[in-house]
Parts: sequence; structure tokens; C-alpha cells
Amino acid sequence: MRAPHIKASLFVVIALAFSVSSQAQQDSTSAGIEAYREALQDGNPADLYVDSGAEIWKKKAGPKEASLEKCDLGLGPGKVKGAYAQLPRYFKDTNKVQDLESRLLTCMEKLQGVDTTEIVKAAFSSPKKADLVALSAYISAESKGMKVKVSLAHPKERQMYDLGRRLFYYEAGPYDFACATCHGQDGKRIRLQDLPYIPSAEGAAKGWTTWPAYRVSSGQMWSMQWRINDCFRQQRFPEPIYASDVTVAISSFMAGNSNGSVMQTPGIKR
Amino acid sequence: MANPMKIRATNKDGITEIKILMNHEMETGQRKDASGNLIPAWFINEVNVDLNGKSVLKAEWGPSVSKNPYMAFKVKGGKAGDKVVCTWTDNKGDKRTDEATVS
Amino acid sequence: MNTNTTRFDRRQILKAASGLGLVALGTSMVPSMAFAAWNKAAFEAKGMSDTYNALGAGSPSNSNDIQIVASDIAENGAVVPVTAVSKIPNTEQISILVEKNPSALAALFDLTADVVPEITTRIKMGQTSNVTVLVKAGGKYYTATKEIKVTLGGCGG
Repeated sequence: MRAPHIKASLFVVIALAFSVSSQAQQDSTSAGIEAYREALQDGNPADLYVDSGAEIWKKKAGPKEASLEKCDLGLGPGKVKGAYAQLPRYFKDTNKVQDLESRLLTCMEKLQGVDTTEIVKAAFSSPKKADLVALSAYISAESKGMKVKVSLAHPKERQMYDLGRRLFYYEAGPYDFACATCHGQDGKRIRLQDLPYIPSAEGAAKGWTTWPAYRVSSGQMWSMQWRINDCFRQQRFPEPIYASDVTVAISSFMAGNSNGSVMQTPGIKR
Repeated sequence: MANPMKIRATNKDGITEIKILMNHEMETGQRKDASGNLIPAWFINEVNVDLNGKSVLKAEWGPSVSKNPYMAFKVKGGKAGDKVVCTWTDNKGDKRTDEATVS
Repeated sequence: MNTNTTRFDRRQILKAASGLGLVALGTSMVPSMAFAAWNKAAFEAKGMSDTYNALGAGSPSNSNDIQIVASDIAENGAVVPVTAVSKIPNTEQISILVEKNPSALAALFDLTADVVPEITTRIKMGQTSNVTVLVKAGGKYYTATKEIKVTLGGCGG
């Protein structure tokens, strides 16, 4: 009866040898991808959008012929530096928790008198959304290097965060997908993309501190709302309404989990 | 007129490093639009960089240079306050010139 | 006639001409030196040897003094960062070619003597391919080649 025992252990040894070599291959692949991502960091085309966003911020527009320079992003009217690191947050004037893009819509409506209905409906790649994308790039850049400091103190902020967590685990669509399907376990991957484990501080930060980002594969600048919209698409969910509570809730969940990590926005991605 | 580029030039230890990020589609001419028609090639084909009025680098590009092209190189010498001027021309004859000061 | 070698020769002609007071005759008398015509033949040549011919590079010899600094794997072929470094003395031109692209020649850089012979840029690669850096130094051509793998990514990150 020794033969099968020896065979079994031989099999284990061979299996181990294969797994070690494929692990080595995987490691060198991961190293290659890391090197690629590092090389991309220098000369981020997102900077072109940052510049254009800075111009749009100052440009007079809408029926009221006003710029966005008095827009309150949470740190007081016109204060842009550091504002993105503290969003989403509760705003007294609208009595709700808002993320950056939701807040920009508020300012476009209130300060500029713009009817944002068509902007909300427009596709992300359309010119109507272009200003919001560029503004996202600019305002996020003004928080680069700063620590995420998202408050969960106000009851509505807590509520939004909890809603975000529920949505994260909510299975829906024809495939019963949830955000958690991809992002709810540690150490998972789709092809060569590592999937951050979003309920953790580290995983949430991987995503939250690097979007908005320029995506080289499509040559487009993506805001966080765009990123979330595309996740919904990949899950075969119905399309969320731009800047709706659902989208803000998911951002609140991610941002809340990321507290203390450093903003690296705008990012550059595959 | 074409969109502005970003030029960053810094001088350290006698070397001036110049980094340029240009805003351009760099369409290859191989892609098709929604109706199946080829989108015509549209790309920067010539670049010139001057440092203090003297051309230091010229480039010829094809559509295989990435969209929103990036280029970085170093010039021996130069100092803070020097002027970098970059001009690009594309295959449609459009042109763009931007400048920056070496910091 | 419109090869890059002639560009700086024309500059010498213009310099000499200005010394002789001939510049006033107008630029029509002197071939345009601002930009030599874009080397259409080289950028439209398909394979490596046709491209070398169009560039006047003949059969370049391999050199260990050329370094291609690039990740072994590009997460996306649309943007592949490449740094081409030449340690060959009198480097005057550095070009980057992608063997499997529809046209091999991606970019060509003419460097003056003041430029450190090293250039960083980003190229498109249609698929995993050999990437070759072609250096012209002292009138001769040299190459180095590196394979860069292009992967298809996951979803969006």
C-alpha cells in the first residue's frame, strides 16, 4: 500500500513545482504591469483637462452670466484647494449629501442660472458633460497630496454611507451582480487588473484616491460619476441618473472607507 | 486654433530637462466611425523645440505616436530663465506654438 | 533629397550665405530650412527593411550601446512609454520602430549636439511586437530591439 502514497506525494511535489513557476510568472507579469503603470505617471494627459477645468471655473456662463468662482464646495464660497478631499459631504443649503459633480450642478443652477436637465441626461462622452469632466479634473487636482477627510458625523452623511454599503452588496440586474461580486473579496483579479477590496481602507483608497483619471485605452478623462456609471454598465444594471443619491451613496461608502489616505488625483489608468 | 500644450522645463546640475505634453487626437486613419467609414488620419507630423531661440530638437512623427503625445529629453547647459518654445504642425496644416520658462 | 541629413547642411549653407550678404535674396533662393518635408516614404513603408531603405539606413548593425527602457508588458497598446538611450558618440538621430504596426516607423528625432542622446515618448502598439530603436551616429546606423508584450486588460481600473 506504499505505492499510492508515494505517487500521491510525487503528485503534490510536481503540482507545487508548477504552481511555484506559474507564481513566478505571475509575479514577473505583475512587476511588468507595475513598471508600466509607473512609467505612465509622468506626463499625465489629465493635466490638459486640469488646465481647461481651471479656465471653465473662471468663465462667465449661463443666463446669469456668472462664473463658478463663488461656488461653495464645502470649504466656503470659491475655496477649491482641499475641497475634493472632503467630498462627499452634507450641505446646508440643499439639505443633502453631495459629491463633487452633484455640487457643481447645484452651483451651475444657482450661480449661473443654467438649466441642468439636458446636461444630466447627456452621455458622458458628449460635449454637454465635457465641462463637468474638466472641472472634476481641476478640482480633484487641487486636493492632490491631501488626506481624505470625509465626515460621517452628520446623520445624513452616516445615512448616505450606510446606503452606499447596502448598495455595494445589493445583487441586481440579469446576472445578480453586486459591486461586491468583483470588489467584495481580497486578492481577486479580472485578467490582469487587480480588483481592490473596497470594504477595506486600503482597497477603497486604491479607487477613491485615483479617480478622476485619464484612461489611456479610450483616450478620455473620466470623472468619478463616469467611473461609477461604467461599473453599473458592466454589472448590466440599469443606468443610474447622473449625480443621483445612488451614485453619491456609493462614493460616500468608498470615500468614508478611505479616510486618512492621500489623494493622488487626477490619476492615469489603463 | 489648436489646443495649448503643457511645457515643463527645469534646470538642475547643468542639464535642462524639457517635458512636453501636447493636446492632439493623433488619429491613425485606421479606425472606423459608427457608420463604418474610416476616420481620416489626423496627427502631428512635425515638432520643433527651441531653447533660447536656437533649435535643439526636431521630430517627425507618424500616427503611431500616442494620442495626447508626450515627449521628454535633456539639453546640456541652459539655465533658469531660459525660454523654451515648442511648435508642432499636423498633417492638416494646423499649427500650435507654446512657450515656457526654464525654472 | 529630403532626408534629415540635409537639414543641417542647409543651415550651414544659409549661414555662409548670410555671411556673403546673400540672404536678402529671399528664402526662395535657398531651400526651406525650417522643416524639411516630412519623410512620407519612411512613415508609409510597411516592414522594417522597407523602412530602413526609406530612411537611408541600409542594413543597420546591432549595438549594445543602445538601451530601450520600457516595461516588458504594456497594459494597453494605445500608450506604451518608451525611453530610447544611445551611448554611441555623435548620435544625431534616434528613431523608434514597431515591427508589427501597420507602418513600422513611429517617431524620428533629430538631435543637435547639445541634446543628451536620450528621448522619452509614448507610442501605439497594435499587438505584442519587437520595438526597435534606430540610431544614426557619425553617419552610420545602429539598432537595438526589445520585445514588448501588449495585454488586454480587465475592465476599467
